[in-house]
Amino acid sequence: MLRTLLLTLSVVAIAHAELCKPDAQNAFKVRISIKTALGDNAYAWDANEEYLFKAMVAFAMRRYSSKSTTQISNVLLCNVTDRVSFWFVVTDSSKNVTTVPGSEVEAAIRMNRNRINSAFLLSDKTLQFLKITSTLSPPVEPSAPVWLIVFGVVLCLIVAGIVFLIVSGIQKRKKKNKESTERENLEEKVEVTLENGIPCEALDLKAGHINGVFAADDERFTSL
Amino acid sequence: LSATPEIPKEDGRPKWDNKFQYLLSCIGFAVGLGNVWRFPYLCQIHGGGAFLIPYFVALVFEGIPLLHLELALGQRLRKGSIGAWNTISPYLEGVGAGSWVVSVLVSLYYNIVLTWVMWYFINSFQEPLPWSVCPLNENRTGFNEECYESTAVNYFWYRKTLNITPDIAESGTLQWWLILCLATCWAIVYLCTIRGIETTGKAIYVTAIFPYLVLTIFLIQGLTLPGATDGLIYLFTPNLNTLKNPRVWLDAATQIFFSLSLAFGGLIAFASYNSTKNDCEKDAVTVAIVNSMTSLYASIPVFSVLGFKATTAYWDCLDRNIISVINEFDLPEESIMRQNYTSWISFLNSSYPEKIAGLKLKSCNLQEFLDQSVSGTGLAFIVFTQAIILMPGSQAWAILFFIMLFSLGLSSMFGNVEGVFTPLLELQIIPKSAPKELLSGIICLISFLIALCFTLGSGSYWIDIFDRYAASVPLLVIAFFEVVGVAYVYKINRFSKDVEWMTGRKLNLYWHITWRFISPLLLLIVFTAFVTLQMQKPPSYTAWNPKYEGFPMKEEKVYPLWVQAICVLLAALPCLCVPLVALFHLVKQKRRSKDPSFVPPEVFSHQGANS
Repeated sequence: MLRTLLLTLSVVAIAHAELCKPDAQNAFKVRISIKTALGDNAYAWDANEEYLFKAMVAFAMRRYSSKSTTQISNVLLCNVTDRVSFWFVVTDSSKNVTTVPGSEVEAAIRMNRNRINSAFLLSDKTLQFLKITSTLSPPVEPSAPVWLIVFGVVLCLIVAGIVFLIVSGIQKRKKKNKESTERENLEEKVEVTLENGIPCEALDLKAGHINGVFAADDERFTSL
Repeated sequence: LSATPEIPKEDGRPKWDNKFQYLLSCIGFAVGLGNVWRFPYLCQIHGGGAFLIPYFVALVFEGIPLLHLELALGQRLRKGSIGAWNTISPYLEGVGAGSWVVSVLVSLYYNIVLTWVMWYFINSFQEPLPWSVCPLNENRTGFNEECYESTAVNYFWYRKTLNITPDIAESGTLQWWLILCLATCWAIVYLCTIRGIETTGKAIYVTAIFPYLVLTIFLIQGLTLPGATDGLIYLFTPNLNTLKNPRVWLDAATQIFFSLSLAFGGLIAFASYNSTKNDCEKDAVTVAIVNSMTSLYASIPVFSVLGFKATTAYWDCLDRNIISVINEFDLPEESIMRQNYTSWISFLNSSYPEKIAGLKLKSCNLQEFLDQSVSGTGLAFIVFTQAIILMPGSQAWAILFFIMLFSLGLSSMFGNVEGVFTPLLELQIIPKSAPKELLSGIICLISFLIALCFTLGSGSYWIDIFDRYAASVPLLVIAFFEVVGVAYVYKINRFSKDVEWMTGRKLNLYWHITWRFISPLLLLIVFTAFVTLQMQKPPSYTAWNPKYEGFPMKEEKVYPLWVQAICVLLAALPCLCVPLVALFHLVKQKRRSKDPSFVPPEVFSHQGANS
């Protein structure tokens, strides 16, 4: 009994070793860069993390094919290096000692990539599945092209400035014209009677002085 | 005529609000984009600190004398370039006409550069910056091919901004976004020059002072960036061997000349709005020294940023190599750092040489990255924009940088437009009753319409042509005739008496020697050397061709014959103004002298103009 158990276990182990090795059929290489992603908060990669990884792959397979037959034990990891990198393969429990086709695994991983990344606090670049390309996120398109808005603002300010300057120029010129015509009118009125540059009207005003020397003072003159 | 003439103060000519405004306008005209993107490049390729020697020599013997000459001329004769030269001698009016033609040509293409700056400015408000990421291709499987093979920055400049054609003969279509920006730029120029110096004098306070603020901010930020000191050491380490190469002296002479914006007529126009009792000698020396100091001051942040960019590129190169080595050998993360990279590589190479060779690692050399020198639009729109992406808070830095470039270019545009505007105003193209706003509006509108051809796909190739041919040789010719005209036609003794009357002290011997002998000789030598160098090989240009096998390197092409003819025309047209106008006046004089009843009005016009 014990011998059969040991025999089956060794067969299974050898079978597993056959299934999961670098560049095996339907096997994928994974490369993880924890220190690059998390810096000081980096966790160590140990057996528990490997268990989580197997669980996430099984979860992905279950969600993709929606049959609940994939177990954690179906996911085999091998060749774990210090990098951290390893190979994994998903076995099919219904058919003996075979692996799930690579295309199915790829599709499953692709569908659930976000969930797998979040479980490990990593991103597409730091948790790499070497043969599985990630779809590029579409570029962020703002609702209205930002540059047109800025351009509109700048143009409005400039046009307002030009209109202001032209209008103020016209007003200044109108005021200058009005002033010069007023001055001309004033000079015309004054030009009527001018004696030595002094308007005669001013001389008639009370402010005019009568020069006492030349005032008619009859006693001064000798009588004829 | 050489006795102390009393110029009536109330001749209705507009004047500067104060001396500071006038100085600032001259400085703003002289300090332009070339101070930021040409001088640091020249320093770099001509032996760093050693370049300052020929630069200083050219400044003392060519720059300052010519500057003083132009300012004194404008201030004394109180006229724009055409009127001033007509006053000196009608046969020399062609010199003024040549200056005017050059100002027109330069105004046309200079505003396109401002258009590009404005386009980048309004695109800097986005997150992320549009030149930092490549757009996806049509079926979203990867990046746009042209962008992927070159860089995102190159793609944004050549495709998204210029939409450049692979050949100058292919004109392409008008780019509507550039037309909008061009219209805005001309509207800004119109806004600031609408009433001549009344409005530019107010605008110059902002456009001339703001660049210094931004340069200071960039200086402080630049010096804190990693790798800045490498860039600065590289820039300023003098290599005195380069002084043996005559090319260095030629570049220094031409740089001083174009940097001070001599022979455009703009400086004469600015000085003509001064009162005559003004110390033009001190002004000239001040403007020249401020211009050179600005060049030096600007090269410090430029080279800090370039050093930062080279260091970052070097680190990226190292990091990429490190990642491929770590992935290949499955070594733990952070086992190879930048410091121990070389020791690790030599160790691995000795143990696994085939594996290392199979990785095809690029050799990373910091000196190589520092040696990549660029000048002109490449520096601003490709190299600097790439460096800005790497800085934290890139939007703010991009906005500041492009506003600074815009102010620098705008204050130079004021001088150019003034060089076109003032002579036209004096020639009374439009009736005197019409407002000045109309003339400036007409100038801006016509220039905008002509400049639309630069918004075509091949526009930037044409800008290069204008820059190389219209704004180089003709200026040397005009400046030569300016010095010779004042020294030998107007006669230096008469001119020195005028300057003494204006400044209030006797003219120094230095000015006599430089105006009479050194400057004309130097200009002749520079002109001959310049033309000889241009003639040595057929004029060629580099084109951006995505289908070229060496892409992303630019393809070297020769100009077709009809383009070469245009180049010659551009260079010859302003120069030809000098003999043509002299001939015209000669013919007019001969015809008048043949008619005995006709009293020559020139005697009166001379007196009237000179009093």
